Amino acid sequence: MNVTVNGKPMELEPGTTVEGLLVLLGVPRQYTAVAVNRDITPKSQYAALKLGEGDRVEIVRPMGGGS
Amino acid sequence: MYDSNLVIGGKEFSSRLIVGTGKYSSNEAMKQAHEESGAQMVTVAIRRVSLPGSGESILDHIDTSRYTLLPNTAGCYTADEAIRTAYLAREAGLGDLVKLEVIGDSRTLFPDVQGLLEATKTLAKDGFVVMPYTNDDPVMAKRLEEAGAAVVMPLGAPIGSGLGIRNPYNIKIILETVSIPVIVDAGVGTASDAAIAMELGCDGVLMNTAIAAARDPAAMARAMKLAVEAGRLAFKAGRMPKKLYATASSPLEGVPDWTS
Repeated sequence: MNVTVNGKPMELEPGTTVEGLLVLLGVPRQYTAVAVNRDITPKSQYAALKLGEGDRVEIVRPMGGGS
Repeated sequence: MYDSNLVIGGKEFSSRLIVGTGKYSSNEAMKQAHEESGAQMVTVAIRRVSLPGSGESILDHIDTSRYTLLPNTAGCYTADEAIRTAYLAREAGLGDLVKLEVIGDSRTLFPDVQGLLEATKTLAKDGFVVMPYTNDDPVMAKRLEEAGAAVVMPLGAPIGSGLGIRNPYNIKIILETVSIPVIVDAGVGTASDAAIAMELGCDGVLMNTAIAAARDPAAMARAMKLAVEAGRLAFKAGRMPKKLYATASSPLEGVPDWTS
């Protein structure tokens, strides 16, 4: 299935969960947040939430910045 | 000399200087500057991870047992964007503190006060400790306090401009208008700017570019630490009054007569 992750198209196995995506991409869980189609995914839901065709995923972490 | 701590969201800070993590030439430069600044809170932005992940992260260079991370909503131009970013930061495990920015104009980076007020209300209601970056309008500061802001952070000058405290009179009025802490955020360029803010009676100063863009960031960080302390001490010492005319400091009697 096709999804968009951080603005870039990606092909994933159907049924991939948020947890699965993070593992696939090598993104650590700590200090990471995920939103799917503008809705924040609680960490407790990472293993349960399955991604679907056309989903837009944002994976964010703290980065350097002032204002 | 005893001074009370700066208290934000139930957390106590003996340092009244908050610094950023942006624009440094290297992570090493940032670490040294943070060390010299004596700051206990550093701001971070919330941004997309570059994929694939497991790249280096700014967090590899910040000792989170020493520094409190303060997420900002930089880059947000609407209340909705800022609110979502704050929720992302909380979900990422950064706690309830949020340096709230809703930007109104990309050239001045002045705040969109309508959006800022709306976002402050929404986030404060949901338990966030909202620290809004605002303009130097005392009416706006009052509205933000009423909306539930934990502190108010008026700008000294545009973000990254280094122009200093452009309107100290308004900042003084803000200090008399609200009862929450007032922290000058944005526009500080050099040490005297930070000292001026503290001499006015501000509870703290937040800066990024002033340190990161100095020729020697670690040295400037140390200067800022001292400036914030000096300004605070001067404020608490109670300055002498300003006068238009001179008043001699030495006695007028007892002057020898040298006339022949």
